[in-house]
Amino acid sequence: MAGSAGARLGVGERRSVNAVMGVVAWIAALLFFFPVFWMILSSFKEEQDANTSPKLFFSPTLDRYSDVTESTTGLLSFREAFFNSFWIVMVSTVVVLLLAIPAAYALAIRPVPKWRDVLFFFISTKFLPVVASILPLWILAREFDLLNTRLVLMILYTGMNLPLAVWMLRSFFQEIPRELVEAAEIDGAGLKGQLASVILPIAVPGIAATALLCVIFAWNEYFYAVQLNPADGSTIPIWVTTNISTRGDFLAKLSAASVLASVPVVLAGWVAQKRMIRGLAMGAIK
Amino acid sequence: MASVQFAAATRFYPGTPQPAVSHLDLDIRDGELMVLVGPSGSGKSTALRMVAGLEPLDEGAIFIGDRDVSGVRPRDRDIAMVFQNYALYPQLTVAENMGFALKQHKVPKEERTARVREVARVLDLEPFLDRKPKNLSGGQRQRVAMGRAIVRQPQVYLMDEPLSNLDAKLRVQTRAELAELQARLAVTTVYVTHDQVEAMTMGHRVAVLRDGLLQQSDTPYALYHEPANLFVAGFIGSPAMNLLPCPSGQPIGVGGCALEVDTGVTSLLASFGGDRVVVGFRPEAVRVGEGPVAAHIRTVEDLGSEAFVHVAFDHEGEAVSAVSKMPAPFKGVTGDPIDVRFAGTVHVFDPAGARIASGAARCAT
Repeated sequence: MAGSAGARLGVGERRSVNAVMGVVAWIAALLFFFPVFWMILSSFKEEQDANTSPKLFFSPTLDRYSDVTESTTGLLSFREAFFNSFWIVMVSTVVVLLLAIPAAYALAIRPVPKWRDVLFFFISTKFLPVVASILPLWILAREFDLLNTRLVLMILYTGMNLPLAVWMLRSFFQEIPRELVEAAEIDGAGLKGQLASVILPIAVPGIAATALLCVIFAWNEYFYAVQLNPADGSTIPIWVTTNISTRGDFLAKLSAASVLASVPVVLAGWVAQKRMIRGLAMGAIK
Repeated sequence: MASVQFAAATRFYPGTPQPAVSHLDLDIRDGELMVLVGPSGSGKSTALRMVAGLEPLDEGAIFIGDRDVSGVRPRDRDIAMVFQNYALYPQLTVAENMGFALKQHKVPKEERTARVREVARVLDLEPFLDRKPKNLSGGQRQRVAMGRAIVRQPQVYLMDEPLSNLDAKLRVQTRAELAELQARLAVTTVYVTHDQVEAMTMGHRVAVLRDGLLQQSDTPYALYHEPANLFVAGFIGSPAMNLLPCPSGQPIGVGGCALEVDTGVTSLLASFGGDRVVVGFRPEAVRVGEGPVAAHIRTVEDLGSEAFVHVAFDHEGEAVSAVSKMPAPFKGVTGDPIDVRFAGTVHVFDPAGARIASGAARCAT
């Protein structure tokens, strides 16, 4: 760990330089973490404490959490937004994986002709600014009667995450020794058998990492959600913004809502952290 | 069990003008252990993968038994392959690895278990059946890979340098065990190696490949004693054959000694039209200690049982070197002057590499 007293020095490294670098790293990390820390702190405050001059010592309260989670008729409730987000994220992520795994197989393990062009096509779909595509998307959604439905976001988030998932899975699949797939092929396994008994078990960390990124991106997505589902089928990011009010103070309430919105992805990241780091490193190291 | 036949089998890798394997014609008999040997890039692994169905054919055909399998999927060819890195399924136990193919072919569980146990017993793998490959030593992994192939009872075994990841001692031991096992099972085997000692010790016949072209396929004895060309002569045998360019006029002179050769060689040489030939002697045909050629010792490799003595002498006005295989103990060190003579089989090649003749020869006294 940087800065720890017992750290071993590499050849030619100087203790003083290492110590300075360690301090700089800690300062940078704390700077980044401070706003999050302040948000968590504010979520346990009364509104007037949150709004007045910064106060580190106060009597903590959970009232803001009960405020934001209590449902009011006619307004988007936390429960409703949570389940909308949950289903949209789950379905889109599962569909992404179901489509991306065979695509990655076709690009990494048994490359189709012109696989480079195919790969470029996938990533090129991310070139267009999201704003530039919203009008046609909105019109299409209206034509198909999909505005304010969970389905429209499931479809969009699938499309949004698919290129990334194909790219990531392709690099993970490339790490699988070619001979293993060939051995399975000679041993009589078809595509399904090769995937189920050889490729997927080995690529589990990579698949977990890919799934987690898809979950995070879909969970956090705001722009499509607010444009297409402002009234119904709204997701957690929209619910967070409903806690901004035009009258009175709302900083503590908004902080509590933001903390609640962050908990699921932070938890998922925490649980998957080991696998995810192994998975993300898998593509990088040959 | 079945024979394997390559019929003008050709494979081009995309984007390369030269074929990796070019018009390969080779018949491998039922139950035979055929070794494909050659330097890297010779096409031996490609040829093996063509039998496996892992490389498509661009021309020609491959037969297993009477069946043309050129367009048949690997899994329908009834073959088993042992890979260089073993390719064991890391998440499966030894027993599951060995039974994998049987499971894919829907063999009932009881029969599967029985067959895996039987092979595990033969290969001394019984104590490891529940282990994962990562908890095995290199030698054990190699045996699991062998076991996985044997359990299937296929028509043909394909082995792609299966011993090259073992340490030298284990490799020699496993080599003998593998040859014995193959003889017992009598299943046609195609075995690829770059190690000519492995090829010579294991193969019933050995096919030497170079740049995708078959140079010669014959018994180890014939390859050693009647190499078809300069490449085979230089590739087979360790240390390699001594090769010296000479004028084709008779008698042939090597390092100032005129060679007395068999009449068979004399007559073949007489009908050879060119001016130059290449003369080859195996190290055992080069004798140091006495003889008409004045040389000096460059270096001595003492193996305990025998010694390879590298000598330098003057040949056609140029300093050339040759290696001699001498019985141990050999007294002599680098720089010592020493006399050399030639006595044994001489091989004569035309400058393009094809062998013209072989026969007994010795320095005329």
